[in-house]
Amino acid sequence: MAQLSKETQDKIRDLKDKFPARRSAVLPSLHYAQAELGYLDDATLAEVAALLDVPESMTVEVVGFYTMFDRERRGKYKLEVCRNISCALMGAKQLTKHLEKRLGIELGGTTPDGKFTLLETECLGACGYAPMLMIGPYFYENLTREKVDAIVGALAEDREPPIRPAGYPEMDGETPKPLAKASSASAEIRDRLAVSEGKSS
Amino acid sequence: MARVELPRSFTLKVAEQNGVYASLKKGLTQHKPDEIIQLVKASGLRGRGGAGFPTGGKWGFVPKNIDKPRYVVCNADESEPGTFKDRIILERDPHLLIEGCVLTAYAVDSHQVYIYIRGEYGLSIQRVSDAVREAYKAGYLGKNILGSGFDCDLTVYAGAGAYICGEETGLLDSLEGKRGHPRLKPPFPAVVGLYGSPTVINNVETLASVPAIVEKGPEWFASTGVKNAAGPRIFAVSGHVNKPGLFEIEMGKVTLRELIEDHCGGMRNGRKVKAVIPGGASTPFLSADELDVTLDFDAIQAKGSFMGSTAVIVMDETTCMVHASLILTRFFAHESCGQCTPCREGTHWAETILERFEHGGARQEDIDILLDIAAEMGGGRTICALADGAIGPIKSTIQKWRAEYEAHVPGGCPQKGELCEVSW
Repeated sequence: MAQLSKETQDKIRDLKDKFPARRSAVLPSLHYAQAELGYLDDATLAEVAALLDVPESMTVEVVGFYTMFDRERRGKYKLEVCRNISCALMGAKQLTKHLEKRLGIELGGTTPDGKFTLLETECLGACGYAPMLMIGPYFYENLTREKVDAIVGALAEDREPPIRPAGYPEMDGETPKPLAKASSASAEIRDRLAVSEGKSS
Repeated sequence: MARVELPRSFTLKVAEQNGVYASLKKGLTQHKPDEIIQLVKASGLRGRGGAGFPTGGKWGFVPKNIDKPRYVVCNADESEPGTFKDRIILERDPHLLIEGCVLTAYAVDSHQVYIYIRGEYGLSIQRVSDAVREAYKAGYLGKNILGSGFDCDLTVYAGAGAYICGEETGLLDSLEGKRGHPRLKPPFPAVVGLYGSPTVINNVETLASVPAIVEKGPEWFASTGVKNAAGPRIFAVSGHVNKPGLFEIEMGKVTLRELIEDHCGGMRNGRKVKAVIPGGASTPFLSADELDVTLDFDAIQAKGSFMGSTAVIVMDETTCMVHASLILTRFFAHESCGQCTPCREGTHWAETILERFEHGGARQEDIDILLDIAAEMGGGRTICALADGAIGPIKSTIQKWRAEYEAHVPGGCPQKGELCEVSW
């Protein structure tokens, strides 16, 4: 049944005794599993539970509660438009409609080539920079029609978007890790899931 | 907040050059743990997450001489709609947060800190994790910190998308690997918290305020702001203003109108203000004739709303109040954890009825049914405050703009489903 790579299996096993209670390792483990596979099916939930040596009910119980976990395969690029109040005031609905038209899919759908999935999400904490869109680990903010077209146009050809994601101002001299190289929408960039950094006594 | 404007402000080098960790040195070498609690109590610091509970008081509830570990948990699950103030600290000043966490741990005799960051904050998770690595290397975390004999470990934990994990006991359940279900209180986390042990849980901005209090003294902190609202606070403004963003201002010194006009460059397209949510989605709407309220706990509460998470959402005259109420109610229905019937059922039915107002089919009596549902949901009928927050938008919009609801009966929104005029 092993679907997870040796590397991911090891990372999950390493979490086993990291916390005072074994169960605390469940969420970070599911993050690791989804980062590799793109989504969490029943077999993966069973595998993660087995690796942690916890009852399967512990992985099954949480997977439906947290919105970041996907139970089905998504497009390579998961576009998540914030629909909450501050973004809505600044045109979130128009942004979603524009993406529906441009990608030829309805909200919730995936393009036939498996590249894009379009979703709405609740507030992501970018309210002052609305409207915004989350793609994998990155926030794209203060979006205009032109910016969205440039981002989606580039990703459609697996090129890096010409617009920098939020949080990477030029002055820092930091280049965000490439999005277009990610193998799937939620595989994203592995480093993002530097969960459980630090030690636990 | 000046530090966040510096290039690479998130690195140890820039942080140290600009004063971070000086306060940790002072705290660990010149003060006993109890003295730190006294300093924070004297400063008048109140929680920056939403509830505004006195921070020193919270710490004081942690039992001493108990044969259990004590934990410090930083609530970085920022997800109250409108709120984006903690993100700047996490992304651009993570060492300040670590410094605040270690000082807090020292004060309450804890040796383990967890920073629970919402999973969607990818950059925050990365920046704080990198900072933690640097802090261990530099001796600000780990064994015998700065030669003081004090040990402290710190672990970053990523959430996975659930508003309710911002509720402190929901967060603790999530950190224990479960669904984020708020717990019945008492016992409070200070006595029975994470893994059944005494736990101090504070918001990011709260913990980041601690170093300045230790450094500059509680008198300095208490002398900024006004009575019951000490210190500077970050206001996050969004919506129909010309310059939305973050503004660090002293509480009680600026009115809502001044915030909009002077700090945010006035209203977009020269339009008029119609409504303002002063403290995040859970706080009741204020109308255009209530803008002269000063921004502090008591003044806003006197207007029937709350300062909450200081997330100010500004709506112009083209905004449909019924639609705004629907968006927020849909959010609360989506985020209700489902434990308590009044919340689970109430948010769902309120959303369904508001959909009728928006899309057609609402009846005149539905307005009172909404108020009825709200009355049944609030006032301590539920384990946590989500339901009380959820009724804020519904009740306040009906009280202040009832005619607008009536105009939606029976044919739906006169603006044909548009929340407001947008140029997008």
